[in-house]
Amino acid sequence: MRNAMLIKNGHIIDPSQGIDGIGDILIEDGKIVKMEQKSRRAEEQKKKSPDFRIIDATGLYVIPGLVDMHVHLREPGFEHKETIKTGTLAAVKGGITSVCCMPNTNPVNDNRTVTEFILRKAYDEGSCNVYPIGAITKGQKGEELAEMGMMREEGCVAFSDDGMPVVNGILMRRALEYSKTFNVPIISHCEDISLSEGGSMNEGALSTQLGLRGIPSASEDVMVARDIILAELTGGRLHIAHVSTEGSVRLIRQAKERGVNITAETCPHYFTITEDAVKGYNTNAKVNPPLRTQKDVEAVREGLKDGTIDIIATDHAPHHRDEKLLEFDKAPSGISGFETALSLSLMLVHDGVLTMSRLVEKTALHPARIVGIDKGTLKTGSDADIAITDMNKEFKVEPDKFISKGKNTPFDGWKLKGMPIITICKGKIYDWRS
Amino acid sequence: MKDLVGIKELGRDDIERILDTAASFKDVLKRDIKKVPALRGKTVVNLFFEPSTRTKTSFELAEKRISTDVLNFSVPTSSVVKGESLLDTVRTIEAYGVDFIVIRHSSSGVPHFIARNVKASVINAGDGINEHPTQALLDAFSIVEKKGGLSGLKVAIVGDITHSRVAKSNVYLLSKFGAHIRLVGPPTLIPDMSGYDVEVFYNMEDGLKDVDVIMMLRIQMERQVKGFFPSTEEYSKNWGLDEQRLKLADKNAIVMHPGPMNRGIEISSDVADSAQSIILDQVTNGIAVRMAVMYLLGGAKGNA
Amino acid sequence: MTKELLNKKDIDRVLSRIAHEIIEKNKGTENICLVGIQRGGVHLAKRLSAKIGAIEQAEMPVGSLDISLYRDDIGMRKEQPVVRRTDIPCDITDKKIILVDDVLFTGRSIRAAMDALMDFGRPAEIQLAVLIDRGHRELPIRADYVGKNIPTSMSENIEAQLEEEGLEDRIILQAKE
Repeated sequence: MRNAMLIKNGHIIDPSQGIDGIGDILIEDGKIVKMEQKSRRAEEQKKKSPDFRIIDATGLYVIPGLVDMHVHLREPGFEHKETIKTGTLAAVKGGITSVCCMPNTNPVNDNRTVTEFILRKAYDEGSCNVYPIGAITKGQKGEELAEMGMMREEGCVAFSDDGMPVVNGILMRRALEYSKTFNVPIISHCEDISLSEGGSMNEGALSTQLGLRGIPSASEDVMVARDIILAELTGGRLHIAHVSTEGSVRLIRQAKERGVNITAETCPHYFTITEDAVKGYNTNAKVNPPLRTQKDVEAVREGLKDGTIDIIATDHAPHHRDEKLLEFDKAPSGISGFETALSLSLMLVHDGVLTMSRLVEKTALHPARIVGIDKGTLKTGSDADIAITDMNKEFKVEPDKFISKGKNTPFDGWKLKGMPIITICKGKIYDWRS
Repeated sequence: MKDLVGIKELGRDDIERILDTAASFKDVLKRDIKKVPALRGKTVVNLFFEPSTRTKTSFELAEKRISTDVLNFSVPTSSVVKGESLLDTVRTIEAYGVDFIVIRHSSSGVPHFIARNVKASVINAGDGINEHPTQALLDAFSIVEKKGGLSGLKVAIVGDITHSRVAKSNVYLLSKFGAHIRLVGPPTLIPDMSGYDVEVFYNMEDGLKDVDVIMMLRIQMERQVKGFFPSTEEYSKNWGLDEQRLKLADKNAIVMHPGPMNRGIEISSDVADSAQSIILDQVTNGIAVRMAVMYLLGGAKGNA
Repeated sequence: MTKELLNKKDIDRVLSRIAHEIIEKNKGTENICLVGIQRGGVHLAKRLSAKIGAIEQAEMPVGSLDISLYRDDIGMRKEQPVVRRTDIPCDITDKKIILVDDVLFTGRSIRAAMDALMDFGRPAEIQLAVLIDRGHRELPIRADYVGKNIPTSMSENIEAQLEEEGLEDRIILQAKE
C-alpha cells in the first residue's frame, strides 16, 4: 500500500452523506477508502506500514475541499495577473480543491484548442482540479454562439460570457436552448450595460459624494429578470453569477417558488462589505457588480439562509498591482478572493446565518452538482479533496503574503477568525501551519 | 493641512481661515504692486489633464502674485498620450522638486490618489464630477462680500447638478454654514444627495422664489446627446434664467455663474450683465482665494 | 519664572518720551505717518498717535501692517499662519513713516515690514520706534526710538501684554519652555 494516511478524530462534515460528527477518514492513493465514526484502525495501520501518516484533527473540522465555480486564472494571455500555477496553489491555500475558470482569457476560451491548453497546463502545473468554462459566444462578443459541443467534449463544464453580459435577448434564448443538448448550465453575468455604462461603483448618495458615476441595482435586476423569463421559456439551465442586490435575490426567490430551473451564486464580498469600502477611492474595492448597501448585504445573507442562493463562489479576479494603482474609474474591477473566501464564509457560521453543513453545501456540494462533477463529497471512492479547518484560528489578512499574484483585496488588514490549515488535493498534503 | 482635495474634507474653521486670509490677499490685489513674496522659491506645477482656460489662468495669476515659480504641464505634448501611468507622470514631476501640484483631471478622486503618493501640496482644480473646491471657496467669498455671511441664506443652484463639481462643492460648503440650499433642474440632472439638507425643485419658478443667491451652472451641450434633456431650447425654456424669473427671487438677490456662460441658454444676457450679477467679482475673487489656499498650505515640507 | 520688566505706568512714561522724541526729531508732525506692525505694534502706534496728537494738537494718521506675507521663514513654520489686515491710511510716497513695534529682536520682522511698506509706495524716510530692544540682531537694523534696552539671553522670551488684547499692561521676561 502506497501513500496512505488517516485523518483522525476530526469533526467531519459531509452533507452528501448527511454526516456531521467526530470520526476518522482513511485515504489511500489519493482516494477516500473508508470513513468511520469512532475508529481504532489507526494503531493497527501504523503497525502495517511505517510510512503511514496520521493527521490528528482533534478540534478541527474536516470538510470536502471547496469547489469554486467562478474564478479567473488569467492564463492564457494575462500571466502578469495570474497563472494557472499560481492561481491553483492560491486556491489550495484557501481550502479550494476544484475551480471552474472563466473564459475571458486571451485568446478567449471559445474553442476546444484553448480548453485543451488550459487543461494541459492545469495537469502539468496545477495544484488543484481545474474545470474550464467555455464562452457562450465567439470571442465573448455576444454575436454568434461558440462551439459548445466541442468544448463540452474537451472538458468544459459550463458556459458563460462572464464579464460581458449577453446583451442580445435572442442569443441568450438560443444559448439556453442549445445548451440543453449537453445538460450544462449557462452562467449569466447579469448586467444591463446601457444602465451601468460609465459607472464604477454602486449608484446612490455615496456615489454622488465621491463624484463617481454609479451603477444602479436596476442594471443587475433587469437582466436577472430577463434571464429568469428566458430560462422559463426555454427550460434551459440558468445559473446566475455573483448576485449582489436585494432585487435580484427577490426575483430569484420568486422564480424558484414557481419552479424555474435556476441556480444562483454570490461571493464573500457581497455578504461581507458594502460600498463604504470604496471610500478614499480604494480601487481594491472596485468590483463588478459593485459593492452595494447594507440592505443588499442583508438580503444576500437572507438569500443564502433560505436557499434562494445556492452557492458561494469567489469570482477570484486577480490584477497586477500597477493596474489597480490608477484613477478609480480607469482601474479594472475585481477582487483576489481565493485566500480569504473560506474565512469570510465562516463568518456566516459564526454569525449564525448558516450551519457548517449548509456552508459546505454552498461552497462544495452544490457547485459540484451544478457543473456536474464528482466533487464536494467525502464518499468512499471519491478523490481525497479535503480542507481541514480551524474554526477559531485568528489571523490578519496580509495581501503581500498571498500566493496569488493578485494582491487586490478590500480586506487588507482585516482580522478574520477561522481558516483552512491543511488542504489535501490530488494526493498531496499542504500543511499551512508551517 | 497638506492638501486641498475637496470641501468635504475641510472643517468649518479651515474654510473660515481661508476666507479670512483671502480678504488680505484681495487687499494686495487692489494695490499698485499686486504681488507679495510670500512663497518665493516655491515651485508650482499646473497639471491640467482637461482643457481649462479660466481656472488655469486664475491659478497661474495667483501663483505669480504670490511669487512662486510656475510650471505648466501641457497634456497634448505630454507622455500621458504615450501611455505612461498617471502615478509615474506625477512622480516624475515631483522629482523636479515641485512644492505644489495643482491638478485637474476628468477622473474623480485623482487629487486624493495623488496626494497620498506625493510630498507636495496637492490642490484640486476640479476632479471628474466630484469637486472643484477653490470655485466653491471663491463663491463663498463672493457671497460673504455681498451678503455679509452665509448662514440662513436661501441659495438656489440651478442646472446640471449631477455632472457639476462646482455644484457639489458648493453644496458641501454651504451646508457646513447653515445656508438653505435648493437644487433646481430637470430630474435627470439631479443626483441622490440624501445626507445633505437640500430641497429639490424641478420647477424653476418655485425654486427661485425669494432666494438670496442664484448660482447658475453651465449646461454642457453633450448632455443632450446622452438623453438628459431633449434640446437646449427646451432646457432654456424651463431652466434658463431671464429677467422675468429673476424677479421671483428676493429683490436684492445676487446672480452667480462659474463661467464660461452660454448666453441665451442657461442665462440671458440682460441678467448676466445686470447690477445683480456678480459674475466678474467671482473672477477677481478667485485669484485672492487661490493665493490664500496656496499660502495656507505652504507647499511641501522639508523639500530640499 | 516670570519677571516684570515694565508695568503699566512705566509703559505710559516710555511712550510719552518716545512721542516727544518723534516730534523733536522730525521738528513737528508734518508729513509723518505711524505704522504699527501687527499685532502689538498696532496698539502702541495708536497710543503714540494719541500722545503726539495731544501734544501737537494735530491729527496723526496711524496704519497697521501685517508682515506675514513678507516673512523669510515660510518653509520653517509649524503652525497655520494667521494673516491679519494691513491698512495703510494714506499714500506713503514721500511720507516719513515711523514703524512701531513692541519688541526689537533679530530685526527680521523689521526687514519684512520695510519690504512690505515699499510695495505700497516710496516713502521719503522710514524710522523705527520700539518699546523694548532685547538685542541679538541678525540684520543691520537699529531703532531710532527705544523705550528700554534689555539685555536678554536666547533662552528667554519677552512678551508685551497690552490692554487692547484684554490683558493688564506689562512687559514680562520668561524662560522659554
